[in-house]
Amino acid sequence: MTTTPFEIKAYPEMWAELDMDVPRFDKARLMLGEAYQKTYLSQVNRPAGMAYFDSMIAELHGGRVKELLAAKAEGRPVIGTFCVYIPEEIVLAAGGICVGLCGGSQGSVPDAEKILPRNICPMVKSAFGFKVGRICPYFQAVDFVYGETTCDAKKKCWEILDTLVPTYVMEIPQLKRQRDIDLWLAEVKDFKTKVEEVAGRAISEEDLAAAIKVMNSKRKALQRLNGLRHHNPTPISGKDGLLIEQIAFYDEPVRFTEKVNALCDELEERIKAGVAIPSKNATRVMLAGTPMALPNWKIHNLVEGAGAVIVNEESCIGTRYFKDLIDESATGMEGMLVALTDRYKEIDCSCFTPNDERITQVVKEFRDSKAQGIINYSLQFCHTYNIEEIRIRKACEQEGIPYLFIESDYSAEDLGQLQTRIEAFLEQIGE
Amino acid sequence: MYIGVDLGSRTVKMAVWDGEQLVDHQIAASGFEPHRQAEKMIAAWRAKRVVATGYGRHLAAEHFADAVITEIKAHALGIFNHFPGCTTIVDVGGQDSKVISLDAAGRVMNFQMNDKCAAGTGRFLEIMAASLAYSLDEFGAAALGASREVQINSMCTVFAESEVISMKNRGIPRDHIARAVHGSVADRLAAMLARLGHGETIAFSGGVARNPCMIELLGQRLPGVRVLVPEQPDIIGALGAALHGAGR
Repeated sequence: MTTTPFEIKAYPEMWAELDMDVPRFDKARLMLGEAYQKTYLSQVNRPAGMAYFDSMIAELHGGRVKELLAAKAEGRPVIGTFCVYIPEEIVLAAGGICVGLCGGSQGSVPDAEKILPRNICPMVKSAFGFKVGRICPYFQAVDFVYGETTCDAKKKCWEILDTLVPTYVMEIPQLKRQRDIDLWLAEVKDFKTKVEEVAGRAISEEDLAAAIKVMNSKRKALQRLNGLRHHNPTPISGKDGLLIEQIAFYDEPVRFTEKVNALCDELEERIKAGVAIPSKNATRVMLAGTPMALPNWKIHNLVEGAGAVIVNEESCIGTRYFKDLIDESATGMEGMLVALTDRYKEIDCSCFTPNDERITQVVKEFRDSKAQGIINYSLQFCHTYNIEEIRIRKACEQEGIPYLFIESDYSAEDLGQLQTRIEAFLEQIGE
Repeated sequence: MYIGVDLGSRTVKMAVWDGEQLVDHQIAASGFEPHRQAEKMIAAWRAKRVVATGYGRHLAAEHFADAVITEIKAHALGIFNHFPGCTTIVDVGGQDSKVISLDAAGRVMNFQMNDKCAAGTGRFLEIMAASLAYSLDEFGAAALGASREVQINSMCTVFAESEVISMKNRGIPRDHIARAVHGSVADRLAAMLARLGHGETIAFSGGVARNPCMIELLGQRLPGVRVLVPEQPDIIGALGAALHGAGR
């Protein structure tokens, strides 16, 4: 535990240059710092390797943004995204940076609700509100936003967001037949052309091969971390695991990979030494469902506050981001783009129909993680995850897996009720 | 003596179990400091163990309770004591409605709770009663006696209230609207039961189980199912907490 209060560092001049609402953003910074202290730094027996990730939060609104601006000054493209379908390798191959944009906080929802309908996904509202309110430095720094067609709320909001920040939309098909994969490959190629345009240079085969290696290494490091979390007892809290998965979306990939691997070395030592977080007998819970964007720690906070531990996130900010690798044996530009598309089509987002792979994957991750129960989490109004819930529930019933479904948004009003449901679920597992 | 306290959103309930039977129980409004209210209620008893449940359970544990269990488990224990073998519970309290399914030994197998809004809860009935200028007792009785049932479509308390107001202003008799409000809650509970699955008998607990119209309408929506109501449905959670303290 730290003795000095944790603070997210302020860079008011840089924020002003980015045309941000500085006084408001500064207030949000203090609130987030407090929440981080309470949620994260109050944990006991954290791995020393978490210090790096703490520093990434301390520099959330400064250090990393400076790196983006420096890259831009060199003419490298900076592209913002909300989705794991963005072919990051292409951005990296052009010398660019891919950054996950803000979209996980209740604070920006009222900004969005002045324009958008209220009864849509909280992540979409939050993200849109961050841009409208000018309170996300990443949003202010990007060359363009990568949009996709994975959900109706996002799809239609891109049209409106495009009036505030250039928004490029890539079509992600919703079926996985050969003609859909062909379309996907064509879309990947169009995206490559777009990135090359912004970068002002062509992507070579070597560039792409190197970028594929970088991203594969990053995904392998995250796979390694996930595997260590599956150890019983687990050596790291679910909150810390989720935090690293969240930071994966904005950190520099090579440095991030190094730091994750260093943490994994430490976790292996902790396992040898028998360190158990929070205790040997803690109930192990797996999460499945929609992404939890920074700083959405709501469910983890409740579950771990009740003495249990989360050992796996089957989510976009979780295993969907890193479970699949690109085949590095592919050669030639066409061959590599085909291999890349093959990898991205393995992501089992609920926007696809049918999506049997995901049902199998949830059960597989449950077994792999040695969890004792599954909490399926869906953001409010996320129709595809909300409806797919029925099939996940059926699969859990068949397999005899204790199961709890939670639909929630970013607000605090349902905390009491969720606490009751989560505690009752843990009682049920314990009986 | 084993004492259970249920610090609910509207009322605090207390039950005293001597190891064999229920020897005392009380109900009082939660007030602003529900834990103080609860402390007053248990003051007369020398307790071997006090177990808290309900929304204020952790607050109670900070001040006086020896252990906490959730309302889900508390109702399971309380109902199992009354109706052993009954594997389905419907509990409608001030802020929540829940459906709980038990195994033959009374262990919680699964449960469902209403989403974060108040629709389908005791609070919903209170608001609707007020908007029709009924007391709660009159409300249930009027609905029970109504000759016709109209339909309320809205699931949201705020919208349902607007719907009730527009019905009033179309001249629909007050008791018909009262029945419609009860019907909408019964529909919601029946849907939750259908999702979770239920047995041939269902135990109804929580304050709303004292409303005769709710029992009748829920029964109508579940043909072939027997709805059992304990004598004191409001204190089932507190009783379950006391039973937990006694080692059940």
